[in-house]
Amino acid sequence: MEFLSDTWYLFGRLVRASLRMPVFLIISIVQPVLWVLLFGQLFRAVTSIPGFGAGSYVQFLAPGIAIMTALFGGAYSGMGLLGDIDRGVLDRLLATPVARGALMASRLLYSATQVTAQSAVILIVAAALGARPHGGAAGVVLVLVSAALLGAAFAAFSNALALLTRRWELVIAVMNFTVLPTTFLSSMIMSRNLMPGWIRSVARFNPVNWAVSAARDAFEGRWSQLGASFALLAVFALVCSVLATRAFERYRQAM
Amino acid sequence: MNAIEVAELRKTYPRGVEALRGVSFTVREGEVFGLLGPNGAGKSTTVRILATLSAPTAGTARVAGLDVVEQPREVRRRIGYVAQASGVDLTATGRENLTLQGHLHRLAAARLRPRVAELLEMFGLAAAADRTAQTYSGGMRRRLDVAMGLVHRPEVLFLDEPTTGLDPESRAVMWDEVRRLARQGLTLLLTTHYLEEADQLAQRLIIVDGGRVVAAGTPDELKAALRGDRVSVDLAERSRLAEGEEALRRVDGVLEVLVDGATLFAKVEHGASALPAVLAALEKAGLPVAQVALSRPSLDDVYLAATGHVFRAAGQEPGSPDHRAGQGPGASD
Repeated sequence: MEFLSDTWYLFGRLVRASLRMPVFLIISIVQPVLWVLLFGQLFRAVTSIPGFGAGSYVQFLAPGIAIMTALFGGAYSGMGLLGDIDRGVLDRLLATPVARGALMASRLLYSATQVTAQSAVILIVAAALGARPHGGAAGVVLVLVSAALLGAAFAAFSNALALLTRRWELVIAVMNFTVLPTTFLSSMIMSRNLMPGWIRSVARFNPVNWAVSAARDAFEGRWSQLGASFALLAVFALVCSVLATRAFERYRQAM
Repeated sequence: MNAIEVAELRKTYPRGVEALRGVSFTVREGEVFGLLGPNGAGKSTTVRILATLSAPTAGTARVAGLDVVEQPREVRRRIGYVAQASGVDLTATGRENLTLQGHLHRLAAARLRPRVAELLEMFGLAAAADRTAQTYSGGMRRRLDVAMGLVHRPEVLFLDEPTTGLDPESRAVMWDEVRRLARQGLTLLLTTHYLEEADQLAQRLIIVDGGRVVAAGTPDELKAALRGDRVSVDLAERSRLAEGEEALRRVDGVLEVLVDGATLFAKVEHGASALPAVLAALEKAGLPVAQVALSRPSLDDVYLAATGHVFRAAGQEPGSPDHRAGQGPGASD
């Protein structure tokens, strides 16, 4: 299938480029680890608040930070596409018979891969700090899957934004505006039980919260609630991918 | 068969900018064809439409016998596109850039590897093949650009301003590459805003200005259409230019005399026969000559005659002050 092989070749290009930037690699691994350590220390006392519902904060935090990393990793993916547009690389690719869909698919695959690797490191560091995946190997895999889905979804959103605005300032502004509110309107770092009622209501419609719930339930082995979160998350990823593909078509038509 | 057929091509961008207002031309197979014009004339837009990157608003374009709107996929298999904005992935090596192009053109790995090696050798990039393009000089990047357009052995190669921004030495190298590709029978569509480049490389050319074709033909035909040769004379005494001008006007066969700076330009019917008369007239008037030159009309003159304004090279606004009435040379828009 030409779509799959083209996606693979274009994915290889993105992977090689990032492997050639050791500083980028180090930062993308060190940063989430720092979050685990920093938030783990800063909020350690919150577990003693009555009703928090978890004994160890690192245990609670690990899947949350995995999703946070996926969110941040995906959100700025559009910048790379803008770089390709500015340097004529995208036009160059469009003038070949490459399967059009592969141009976007390779970017989403790359973001998914990047955040999966980052999440794996986070879980390892959390394990060293005493977190235990009660969901076992399957739970760990599902944490990574939920991170990959959210990372790909936000990468798609970011790429769509890049294609529609073609301005990196706008991509950064919109993403900064999106990333932090969606983080704090979720149970990423604070237990759902301790949220004000209105946040709890809003969080129900927040895709980041769907990913956090999916990841945390998988990590804790709470299988019964898993399906709904994953279904919502998958639908969100799909919608964002369709949006990105549409934006790409529009970009090409506007040329 | 014609390699490229363009008929009444129009392109209006979403914000109402008319980039092309009815461009027609035909490129024969195996020909080097030039699109000459200033920045903003519509050259890149034309090439982008032919390379299937942009859809025309009206008109038709066929490349290798295929309609670019109806059969874009088939067109893409047969063309190489070297854009003005490069397109080299700077984070990848020369070899990786070429290999990716080959993969996307679905070349089998067994054929692709030797082809990439061959191109690296051909374009003098073999020693730098496994360095990232970031480390390449401007000339090397441009050569890699051209090599990337050739991996799949296209029938038609588009070169959009291949030498813009290159130093004279790299430009000469690029000209040699173009000539070599032309000898191999490849059809080349070359855009340039350098008159000299079109004159040197193109077998036929059109001059584009403001989205329209204003002149078409071989460089010689275009130049021949402008009657006469040009004699330029530098006098030993600059203060006596006016006297020189007066003397030249009275010479038989001199059609027109212009003074530009310290040089007298006489447009003459036949350079070879007018030259002795010009020199004799100046001697008779007691005006010593410092330097004299005879030249055939250049594309500069063709451009001036076709568009009514002086040709301006890269980095300058198209259109001279007198072309845009009311604007001084310093005016910008």
